[in-house]
Amino acid sequence: MDPTQLSLVQAHAWLSSRQISARELTAAFLERIDRLNPRINAYITVDREGAMAAAQRADDRFRNGTATPLTGIPIGVKDLFCTENLTTTCGSKMLARFRPPYESTVTRKLKEAGAVILGKTNMDEFAMGSSNETSFFGPVRNPWDTERIPGGSSGGSAAALAARMAMATIGSDTGGSIRQPAALTGLTGLKPTYGRISRFGMIAFASSLDQAGPMTWTAEDAAIMLRVLAGHDPKDSTSIQAEVPDYVNTLVNRLDGLRIGIPEEYFPDSLDRETRHALEEAQQVLRDLGASMVSVSLPHTRYAIPTYYIIAPAEASSNLARYDGIRFGYRCEDPKDLKDLYTRTRSEGFGAEVKRRIMLGTYVLSSGYYDAYYRKAQKVRRLIARDFQDVYTGVDLLLTPTTPGTAFPLGEKKDDPVAMYLSDIFTINVNLAGLPGLSLPCGRDHQGLPIGMQLIAPVLKEERLLAAAHAFQSATPWHQRKPEL
Amino acid sequence: MSITADTVKHVANLARLKLDERELAPLVQQLSNILGLVEQLKELDTEAVTPMSHALDMPIPERPDLVVPISTREAMLANAPDTEQGYFRVPKIIE
Repeated sequence: MDPTQLSLVQAHAWLSSRQISARELTAAFLERIDRLNPRINAYITVDREGAMAAAQRADDRFRNGTATPLTGIPIGVKDLFCTENLTTTCGSKMLARFRPPYESTVTRKLKEAGAVILGKTNMDEFAMGSSNETSFFGPVRNPWDTERIPGGSSGGSAAALAARMAMATIGSDTGGSIRQPAALTGLTGLKPTYGRISRFGMIAFASSLDQAGPMTWTAEDAAIMLRVLAGHDPKDSTSIQAEVPDYVNTLVNRLDGLRIGIPEEYFPDSLDRETRHALEEAQQVLRDLGASMVSVSLPHTRYAIPTYYIIAPAEASSNLARYDGIRFGYRCEDPKDLKDLYTRTRSEGFGAEVKRRIMLGTYVLSSGYYDAYYRKAQKVRRLIARDFQDVYTGVDLLLTPTTPGTAFPLGEKKDDPVAMYLSDIFTINVNLAGLPGLSLPCGRDHQGLPIGMQLIAPVLKEERLLAAAHAFQSATPWHQRKPEL
Repeated sequence: MSITADTVKHVANLARLKLDERELAPLVQQLSNILGLVEQLKELDTEAVTPMSHALDMPIPERPDLVVPISTREAMLANAPDTEQGYFRVPKIIE
């Protein structure tokens, strides 16, 4: 069997029994990247030397008995996690040559566990986008149909994994950027509770919403990844001080007694017919596993998109003020004076979508508008969060579609920001409420494109998401399907 | 809700962005469309609602106030577009 087709759990068994060395495994992935990446454009930077050196160290750990379940596992990391001395671009011209002087907590933990970082994956510029078309380094293509988008903003992490150019990847999710691309490429994507994983060394987009998470082929692999990544970090004061459960030991095969809420607002008349059908079939699978379905309502659902498009750009305009051409990043040629330096650096260094969001954020925070927009949005955000708190008194999890439809063609929504923003309509609420959410494949449409469903849990109940997803995957074949390449 | 080209130019100046005429017209339209979407929030009575500034209601954790070395001066300056004698260099500000 081709080792690039193994799950993380299977690969660990091969490595432990010396059926393959970490160097052989890494070399197999690097060869696959050489062959497929020119078509998919999932990686911005491939770190061949670093990966082979890490694989060598992994082999040493298997020899001296200090290997962990992630030792020797080849992983792709979204290019917004700072990696010391390895170029970190955030998909932008602004940071095209940025070599971070420090390591993000996420990548430090991966390295300490012995994982092999293959390279940095493509993404929408500064994580602003839902199609991976705003990257300075060109669009990523969906391995299921290379004329379609892979979703965004973690489109490179999704495509790399779906094309088996990594065994697991790291994404980040501010409004759906892990779950939406996972759904559109047939993967399992987990956005943990806000603060469950440290944001230290993650390039900031919207600080009250940003959260890192794993993208994997199975829920079991996601549990292994989360066990390593989760936990309080003194370097991120917003990271949660709570014990990290053993997410692998809490996986189950039956869901007896589990109450799953079906929120009516997530099944509008406009929902794609095949997506609706796949979700109905999924409910039957969950019932057969012992769960019961309960109709519920989250009445403020439709206000999530307008709330998000005030809060996220406001925070982004503030976070992106640091890109001024002085301390790091791009600087324009021959500035006349300091203001010219700032203005031309930013105008030349940022792409159109980033500028649009900085403009929107600056406008809603500007004098005289703060109360009408930002403060209003923060109040509605609380109403949205309360909707969830209310329904969780009667159910354990929620089940929704992840996206309104399957992967759309490249270019289709590129020039219509409102249409693009609406593709995140089912995922954004979860970020606003700070909850954990997981997308997993549950079917395919008539073109063979993957359909995803989303499970949403109360704060810090990731183990409930992973257990339900694992049980579903034990009973269905969808997560085992692979694109032909 | 629609906004004018003059407002967009004013906001661009605040954000230190320069827009050429080709960028300006579509941006006026797109920002108006987005703000139109945002108008829906006015339907809600939020008079008695406390703004939510953080995703979780949790206390801010404390840590000992210790000095910890993070990076050297050389490493921090290595990414700067222009430096001189250990400082960031910018164009002349005062005549």
